[in-house]
Amino acid sequence: MTTATVSRWDRFRESFFWYSFKRDKVAIVSFVVLLLMVLAAVFAPLLAPADPYDLAQINIMNSELPPVGMSGADPAFPLGTDAQGRDLLSTILYGTRVSLMIGFGAVVLQAFLGILFGLLAGYLGGKVDAVLMRIADVQLSFSTLMVAIIVGAVFKASFGNLMFGEVAIYMLIFIIGVAEWPQIARTVRASVLAEKKKEYVDAAKVMGFGTRRIMFRHILPNTLSPIFVIGTVQIANAIISEAALSFLGLGMPETQPSLGSLIKSGFDYIQSGSWWITLIPGLVLVVLVLVINLLGDWLRDVMNPRLYKG
Amino acid sequence: MLAFLVQRISQAFLVMFVISVIAFAIQDGLGDPLQEMVGMSVSAEEREAIREELGLNDPMVVQYLRFAGNALQGDLGNSYFYSKPTLEVIAEHLPATLELVIGASLIIVFLSVPIGVYAAIRPQAWLSKLFMGVSTVGISIPVFLTAIVLIQLFSIGVTVNWFPSDTGWGQWLNDFFSTEGGLPSYGRGDELTHLFGTWESGFFTGTGLMHLVLPSVSLASIMLPLFIRLIRAEMMEVLQSDYIRYARAKGLSAGRINFLHALKNTMLPVITVGGVQIGIMVAYTILTETVFQWPGVGLMFLEAITRSDIPLIVAYLMVVGLIFVVTNTLVDLIYGLVNPTVKLTGKKA
Repeated sequence: MTTATVSRWDRFRESFFWYSFKRDKVAIVSFVVLLLMVLAAVFAPLLAPADPYDLAQINIMNSELPPVGMSGADPAFPLGTDAQGRDLLSTILYGTRVSLMIGFGAVVLQAFLGILFGLLAGYLGGKVDAVLMRIADVQLSFSTLMVAIIVGAVFKASFGNLMFGEVAIYMLIFIIGVAEWPQIARTVRASVLAEKKKEYVDAAKVMGFGTRRIMFRHILPNTLSPIFVIGTVQIANAIISEAALSFLGLGMPETQPSLGSLIKSGFDYIQSGSWWITLIPGLVLVVLVLVINLLGDWLRDVMNPRLYKG
Repeated sequence: MLAFLVQRISQAFLVMFVISVIAFAIQDGLGDPLQEMVGMSVSAEEREAIREELGLNDPMVVQYLRFAGNALQGDLGNSYFYSKPTLEVIAEHLPATLELVIGASLIIVFLSVPIGVYAAIRPQAWLSKLFMGVSTVGISIPVFLTAIVLIQLFSIGVTVNWFPSDTGWGQWLNDFFSTEGGLPSYGRGDELTHLFGTWESGFFTGTGLMHLVLPSVSLASIMLPLFIRLIRAEMMEVLQSDYIRYARAKGLSAGRINFLHALKNTMLPVITVGGVQIGIMVAYTILTETVFQWPGVGLMFLEAITRSDIPLIVAYLMVVGLIFVVTNTLVDLIYGLVNPTVKLTGKKA
C-alpha cells in the first residue's frame, strides 16, 4: 500500500490503453492529425482568412485562381479560389466543420437508436428480438448508402430545393443516423446476449430490480467498449455517406458547403483545368476518413472485442 | 431444407410487400397526378369529378390494392418526363448499368483472387504488405473521388515540370510522372451494337470498350479492397486446417496444395459474400454514373429526383428492391445448399 488514493490521471497513465498508444506510431500520428483537423474545424471562424458565408467578401474577379506555387497565383489565397471567387482554404476549413458536425451528430443519433434497440432485442429476446433484427437485416442488405439516398431523395422531393437547403444539416444527421443504426444495434445485441448469462445479472434479478434498471444500469456499462470501437469507424462512414449524398446534390447546398459539396461544385470545372477546386477538398476528406479509420483499427486491437471488419 | 426454402421465400415476399407500401406512400404523399394532367383553367368541380373518376377519393387500402395489382401486371404508371411507361424507361437504361457492373465485376475477380491468394501465402513479403496498405487506404477513398482522380489522370492528363527540363534525367522524370490523358470520361460513345430488345452493347466496339474503362475501374475500386481482405483472411484460415497439413506431409507440391485444395474452399464463402456485394454495388453505380454521365438507371434515378418525376422514382425503387430481394434470397439458398453446416431455419441455438 503505497498510496491510498490513486488519481484518475495516474490510473490512465498506468493503463494498458495509454501503454499501447505510446508504442503505436500509426495511432499517434493519426491522433495528432485528427486533433489538428478537429481544432482547425472548430476554430475555423478565427483561422480562416475569409468568411465564405459572407457574400460581401466575395469578388467574382478572383474566381478560379490556382494555389500558391503555380503561375497566376495570388498570395492572398494560399490554396487558390473556387469558381465563385471564394478562398478555398476558408471554404475547406468551414467545410470540414460541417462534415465533422454531421458525422458526429449522425453517430450520436445512431448510437442512441442502436443502443436502445440492441438492448431491447438482446435482453427481451423473443418476438421483439425477431422483429427488430429482421428490420436490421433487411436494412443492411440494402446497403446503408442506398437507404440514405432514397430517404434523402424523398425528403428533397417533398421539401423542394430552397427549404431543403435550410434544414439540410439536420436532415443529413437524421438520414445517416437512421440509415446506419443496425450496425450498432447488432454489436450491442451480441454483447448483451453474452452479458445476460452472467451471474451479476442473475443477482440483480434476485434482488428484485426492474428490467429497465438491469438493462441500462447493469448491462449497458459492460457493452460500452465495442460500441466505442464501432462508433469510431461509424464516424468515418458517416462522413463518407454525407460526402456521397452532397456529391449527388442530396446534401449540403453550395452556399453552406461541406467537403462533399465542395468536391461536387469543383467537379464541374475540372475539364477547364481547375483541378484544385475539387481535388484539394477531396484530399482533405480522404485524410480525415483515413486517420479516423486507422484510429478505429487501433482501438479494435486494444479493446479486442470479437468483431469482424465489415 | 424445405422449411428453410419456405421461410426464405416468404420473407422475400414480406420484404417486397413492405417496399411496395413504402413506394405507394411516396407516390401518394408526393405526387398529385391532377396537377400534371390538367391546366390552371379547370374549375374546382371539374377537378373533383376527375379525382372521383381516377379513384383518388377512394379509401387508402383500395388505392393501395389497385397500385399493387397494377404493379403485379407490370404497370407502374407513366413517367412525367418521358411520357411513356416507367418500366419501359427503366428497361432502356438498365443495359448500360448492367454492362458497367459486369465490367467492374470482371476487374474485381481477375485482380482480387491472385492478390488475395498471394497475400495469404506470403503474408510477410513486402509486396503483400504494400497490397494490404493500399487496400486500407482504398477503403477510405469514396468512389466518386477515385473517379475524379482517374478523370484528371487519364482523361485530361497531367503535365509535370517539377524537375529541371534542360537535363536529360529531369526531362525523363517529368515524362515519367506526366500522364497522357485522352481516355473518354463522358457517356458510352456513339458506336453501340444492338443485341436484342433494348440492349445496346458497348462490349463489341473499340470506342464502346474505351468508354467502359474509367467507369468500371472506378466502380471496381470500392469493392476491390474488401474482396482482397476477405480472400486473404479466408485463405489464411484454410491454410491452417488439418487437411492442408496432411497434404503437405504427404509431399504434394505447393502449387497443387495452394491452388487446387486450398483455393477451392476459400472461394466458397467469397462467392456468397460476393453475391450480396453485387447488390450493394447498385448504390455505388448511382455515384459512378453521375460522375461519368453514364446513361444507366442510376443517373436516370438522380435526374428523376431533380425533375420530381415521382412515378419514375417509385418504379426505380420497386425494380431495385426486387433486384436486391432476389439476389439476397438466391445467395441465401445457394449458401444453404453448398454449406450444409449452416443452421437452416435460422433458429437461435
